[in-house]
Amino acid sequence: MQNKIDANTPWEEMTPGGDIYEAGNAKEFKTGSWRSMKPKYLSEKCTQCGLCFPVCPEDAIPVNKEQKREDFNYDYCKGCGVCAKVCPFHAIEME
Amino acid sequence: MAYNLKQVVAEKPSRFTSGHRMCAGCGAPPVARHILRALKPEDHAVVSCATGCMEVSTFIYPYTSWTDSFIHTAFENAAANIAGVEAAYVSLKRQGKLPQDHETKFIVFGGDGGTYDIGLQSLSGAMERGHDMVYVCYDNGAYMNTGIQRSSATPKFADTTTSPAGTKIPGKMQPRKDLTKVLAGHHLPYVGQTIAYMNFKDLYEKAEKAIYTKGPCFLNVLSPCPRGWGYPTDDLMLINKLAVETCYWPLYEIIDGKYVVNYKPKNKLPIEEFLKPQKRFKHMFKPGNEWMIEEFQKEVDTRWQELLDLEEMGNK
Repeated sequence: MQNKIDANTPWEEMTPGGDIYEAGNAKEFKTGSWRSMKPKYLSEKCTQCGLCFPVCPEDAIPVNKEQKREDFNYDYCKGCGVCAKVCPFHAIEME
Repeated sequence: MAYNLKQVVAEKPSRFTSGHRMCAGCGAPPVARHILRALKPEDHAVVSCATGCMEVSTFIYPYTSWTDSFIHTAFENAAANIAGVEAAYVSLKRQGKLPQDHETKFIVFGGDGGTYDIGLQSLSGAMERGHDMVYVCYDNGAYMNTGIQRSSATPKFADTTTSPAGTKIPGKMQPRKDLTKVLAGHHLPYVGQTIAYMNFKDLYEKAEKAIYTKGPCFLNVLSPCPRGWGYPTDDLMLINKLAVETCYWPLYEIIDGKYVVNYKPKNKLPIEEFLKPQKRFKHMFKPGNEWMIEEFQKEVDTRWQELLDLEEMGNK
């Protein structure tokens, strides 16, 4: 309900006290449009060493149950390039 | 159980979600996310933030990045706030009004402005009263959120908007406050100083100890700010590494008053390595300003030696 609230919503329709009832709903806010550089994942070079995913400020590198990383989630990636810099195998290219 | 990064990340979903509005390449979100991963999945948490980047950009109405209960509070009372919640929780649990079979943990995140300066009184009070909580300070060395004003965590000679380096002053004129030792003076069961480094093992283990040690605990985490420190966003982990390898930010913990230095660099790098990539220290490399680097190095060496001595004292 509160996700429909925007700058034009009258105060009567806002939640009392500015409460947010849904946990972690920032996921609905896509920050991918901030990106000016785009990381490209080269899976053939990747050794699954695990250096890139914890450093992502956006949590935009999904890790599956088999403990393997997957391709980027471009909905959120802001293109900071931290992951590309830490990769010792050049498996992430910024373009 | 030994720490396994991949296992931790794969098995514990993030409790600090994507979609927050921190800057690209900010050092704080990986820190906050990994600290929350140290919680057991079945445990609840109540999180509060002192005013700062992390508060205003993770909790923009009507969105929240936190999957746990979150309280939006002010600069000066974050610790008092969570201390009150903890006291209420203990009381309600004792009265049997809350389920007895699950745990709730209380965590505060504060920037250096809200911790070193404005919130120090409430932090000190909460620590002294002995609430079962963790205070995490993510130290980015200035008031980054409001436009890089100096704080008492800003290192000496750093160029900020309220201590501009020029012909009158050489940047900030005072050395930084050593907050971890101030907190150690409260004789807490656990105090740690850490950073997101390598595979985040140090950060995770200290967070786990702080969260699951009963009583008030404190963590101080250096979290670089590309905007305020003036380095390219992708250099985050390099800056973290240099901070540790030059001993600018030693990794240590104080368990019941006993100092343990967790990492001693085999080859301690000169402080220039840490200063050079950062624009805020650019003026220190101009001809005629060599004395600044010398003085900075001396300060770092003194603090490092002091720490080693303290550790040795505890071993006697």
